[in-house]
Amino acid sequence: MNEEKKNKRTNMTKLKNIALALAFVPSALIAQERFATRNGHIHFFSGTAVENIEADNNKVTSVFDATSGAIEFAALVKAFEFEKALMQEHFNENYMESNTFPKATFKGKVSGLSAEQAKIPGTYAVEVTGDLTIHGVSKPVTTKGTMTVEAGGVIKAKSEFSVKPEDHGIEIPGVVRKNIAETIKISVDLAYAKM
Amino acid sequence: MMIRTALLATAFLALPTFGQDNLLDLLGEEETGPVYTTASFKTTRVINSHSLENTAHGVLDFRISHRFGFLSGGVNEFFGLDNADVRLGLDYGISDRLMIGVGRSGFEKTVDGFAKFKLLRQCDDGCGMPITLAVVASSSMTTAPAKDVPWYGPGRQDYFSHRLSYSWQMILGRKFSEGFTMQLMPGVVHRNLVELASDRNDLLNIGVGARAKLTKRLAINAEYFHVLRDPVPLYTNSLSVGFDIETGGHVFQLHFTNSTGMFERAFISETTGRWEDGDIHFGFNISRVFTLHNPKKKPVE
Repeated sequence: MNEEKKNKRTNMTKLKNIALALAFVPSALIAQERFATRNGHIHFFSGTAVENIEADNNKVTSVFDATSGAIEFAALVKAFEFEKALMQEHFNENYMESNTFPKATFKGKVSGLSAEQAKIPGTYAVEVTGDLTIHGVSKPVTTKGTMTVEAGGVIKAKSEFSVKPEDHGIEIPGVVRKNIAETIKISVDLAYAKM
Repeated sequence: MMIRTALLATAFLALPTFGQDNLLDLLGEEETGPVYTTASFKTTRVINSHSLENTAHGVLDFRISHRFGFLSGGVNEFFGLDNADVRLGLDYGISDRLMIGVGRSGFEKTVDGFAKFKLLRQCDDGCGMPITLAVVASSSMTTAPAKDVPWYGPGRQDYFSHRLSYSWQMILGRKFSEGFTMQLMPGVVHRNLVELASDRNDLLNIGVGARAKLTKRLAINAEYFHVLRDPVPLYTNSLSVGFDIETGGHVFQLHFTNSTGMFERAFISETTGRWEDGDIHFGFNISRVFTLHNPKKKPVE
């Protein structure tokens, strides 16, 4: 009788231990290889015969999940810095309407870099597909880029693509049509750190 | 019991990893510095008076202000277009909060200079400041011969100090919405010399200015100054209404005003036109900015 009780208790303890261990398993099993940055860089360039317009944003946030391939970006429109203060004001007030649409975002998938590869240093050619939302209007975008895995959980990512302002409902009045390119070149350059 | 709790915990632990919809939420709230309200007015002047806007740091603003004659001049004066008063000015932003400027007006051949400093800045995000508070200090000096200056009067000694006037103004404003901004401007104009013994050297005044945006690049502006003084037969209060039209690097301001001069002493204390009599000037200000220095530019890595 006593023996039985003892046995039962041991069994219980064993079971408890297993359950406890199980509790931690899922997070370990699907431990996601996630990478993030708060100070990514986006540069855009509009080149015409009349003038070149460019701006930089060094406060781009992005999270990349190597396990699922999911990637997201967010850039505060007001954080784009221009050479001319007036250009910056017009960019925000007249074109991007940043009070109404404060952020430009991208949400998509990366193919070409698996969670395993994200642990092996090297440069990988990747393709990114997803939705780019600028000025409140979303457009599908597919582009190529590179991801360089470095030691210490750092991944450097680079890509270039172009967007058309009209695709995102940004009106360009006749008087300045010659000053603003039809397609704007965008380059993305960021260094992720392991989350 | 313990087992069940542990299993439940398992279930919940697994959930967030699968159910993550927005990866960016993982980063939590962004810590951004204060984001100050911009573009409350198209330019640094409402019409004659200062707006709560400053010239940006490192930017030089060349301003040409022009007032034709009174519309009441009739056909003979081509409704005022035969005459014109001009002020040419240069403004510069020493920082985003401090700007200075100089100007030369044909009106009583006056040179003027000012400094405008923003004490408080309205914030969109990152701080709770609901208003912008700026102070403007300006002075003006007439260089016309004493006989051509109305307030000199005959037989008065022509001291240099007699030619100087000052104005201090507080601008208390708020951009209420994308399309509407309003500001109050209490101030005082000090004139070292006045025409009559009964007229005060210091004139308290209060101005109000506003703009409403009609489209992205077109706004309607108005300003009015009420001067607290005993009625002087000749002088009236300044009232102006106009449009701001923005085209890239220029802002054109087209307006109607009963004031002839374009510096504080002139339009606050020496406005003679009466709207009801058609004593209205058609006028314009043109602003062209040049970026002399870009404080944001960082050296290339």
